[in-house]
Amino acid sequence: MPANPFNNHTDYGIGIGLRVPHYRHILEKKPVVDWFEIISENFMVDGGRPLEILDKILEQYRVVQHGVSMYFGSADKPSREHLKQLKTLVRRTKTPWLSDHLCWGSVDGRYTHDLLPMPYTFAVAKHTAAKIREVRDFVEVPVCVENVSSYAEFHQSEMTEWEFLSEVVEMADCGILLDVNNIYVSSKNHSFDPYDYLNNVPHDRVGQIHIAGHKKYKKYILDTHDHPVLDPVWQLYAHAIKLCGHTATLLEWDDRIPSFDEVHNEALKATRFLGEATSPAGKAEAVAA
Amino acid sequence: MPPRITSVRHLRQFQRVMAEALFRPLSASDGLQAKWSDGRPTASVAAEFVKPNSRLSSVERLEIYARSYWFRVLDCLYDDYPGVRAILGNNRFMKLATAFLAQFPSESYSLRNLGSRLPKFILDQPAFSAPRTLLVADMARFEWAQVVAFDGEALPLLTPDDILDAGAKLRVGLQPYLTVMECSYPVDEFALALKKRDAALRGEASNALTAMPSGHTAARPRLPRAKRICVAIHRQENVLFFKRLEPEACAILTALRVGRTLSAACATALRDSNPAIDWSARVREWFQTWQALGWFCRRSSRGRT
Repeated sequence: MPANPFNNHTDYGIGIGLRVPHYRHILEKKPVVDWFEIISENFMVDGGRPLEILDKILEQYRVVQHGVSMYFGSADKPSREHLKQLKTLVRRTKTPWLSDHLCWGSVDGRYTHDLLPMPYTFAVAKHTAAKIREVRDFVEVPVCVENVSSYAEFHQSEMTEWEFLSEVVEMADCGILLDVNNIYVSSKNHSFDPYDYLNNVPHDRVGQIHIAGHKKYKKYILDTHDHPVLDPVWQLYAHAIKLCGHTATLLEWDDRIPSFDEVHNEALKATRFLGEATSPAGKAEAVAA
Repeated sequence: MPPRITSVRHLRQFQRVMAEALFRPLSASDGLQAKWSDGRPTASVAAEFVKPNSRLSSVERLEIYARSYWFRVLDCLYDDYPGVRAILGNNRFMKLATAFLAQFPSESYSLRNLGSRLPKFILDQPAFSAPRTLLVADMARFEWAQVVAFDGEALPLLTPDDILDAGAKLRVGLQPYLTVMECSYPVDEFALALKKRDAALRGEASNALTAMPSGHTAARPRLPRAKRICVAIHRQENVLFFKRLEPEACAILTALRVGRTLSAACATALRDSNPAIDWSARVREWFQTWQALGWFCRRSSRGRT
């Protein structure tokens, strides 16, 4: 896979999310971790302990920012204040890229604080791509958009989710944060083949991958981030790595968070697949695919 | 609901309808309300835009998002206002929080700001907290002040040069993270009693700081009796503290906060004070303490500090 602005961070291996219950362990034990992903909004504050912790982490580790509230798919324009605060944080962390979700979550200035699915239409794709470009131009770092897990589909949609994602990232000329757990969750909720999704997105735009656990209910699957990664998701991840090559990978574990070591060890299971991607056999297989 | 979405206007219409489904309080069974705001069956509104599948109807799929929204925002207030919750009890707290969120959905990208208007809502809608409205409102102000103290801005400290340059017309700023408040109840003592109770329960149950022990009936500390207090909520080396203040000290800090000069603030605060007390010595001592705590800063060009 040739290097390009989105997937050329081959020196970024496996990271984990920086979460409050692990602060003390990280600052005292200084474990070897390739990089941490932070939730941007948790540190877009004016002062106090969050920024003190962040600065201590930045002294020791590489940090990549991941946002949850830019809402590229909302009809509203991006808030200027939000963009300014995001840019201030980007300068502080020196994040090599910035990610947020391909979703909407606010309308008329009122926020749901959720990652809501979008109607997949060409007009919406065009609007979304324009917002992504606006954000990227303002913060001056590459942007990757993440596919969300979803529980609803809309009559108004004109294409599949992966066609919509491809349309948006091509128009915005941005990267993809490919969440293979979200693909799996949505594939079960909407009865599509997750490999169709994986095979049909622009692989050269995948700048980062998310893996996570989920929870099965009787009638649907919920993206809970409170379990280890399940086998079908590891299989999808292996396939994604074959298609995309070595890609920065992050384990999300956001609820019922176990010890730092347990989370880190779960994340490091991805090493096997990343190693295969960079081996001669893995590269040959990827070319054949 | 537009049948096709071919413009940003259509997208906004679509998003308004879905947001309305989310922002309306859940039914008693934690589902969507049976009727839409215009009286139509919610199921028929949902069917206009959400596809059903073999396991879930349109309205059931929409309900997943509505539940998720309400659980998330209620959980946020539940965490930010433990004292209000302890005074009212869980059921009344949830009714208050639901009514508040129905009237004031979040207008910020950050959940941090979700509860900022709760103290005023409590006073404006006393039925949710009667007969303890003043106590609940004091506690809500006190707990919001802790949010501010946790991650509010810290401006550069006032230097001797700033003081010398300004002379008698000196207007000092107070750190944005500092809140000075008068209360009708000693809510600081009640908050500390709650913390002690919760720490004791955790100690008995497990070492996990986040685990609430099951099976324990947590006895609420005795509710405080009315007593006027003045208290400052601040931070030192990023740890939160409360500090009781004398009424005159509180009045001086309040006057400084609204932009009075140093001399005007002292004159106003001490106008009706007991003449038998050596106020100049006492005020000097207060200022030394406040300066040592780092409460004074230059007045921000962005507004009051």
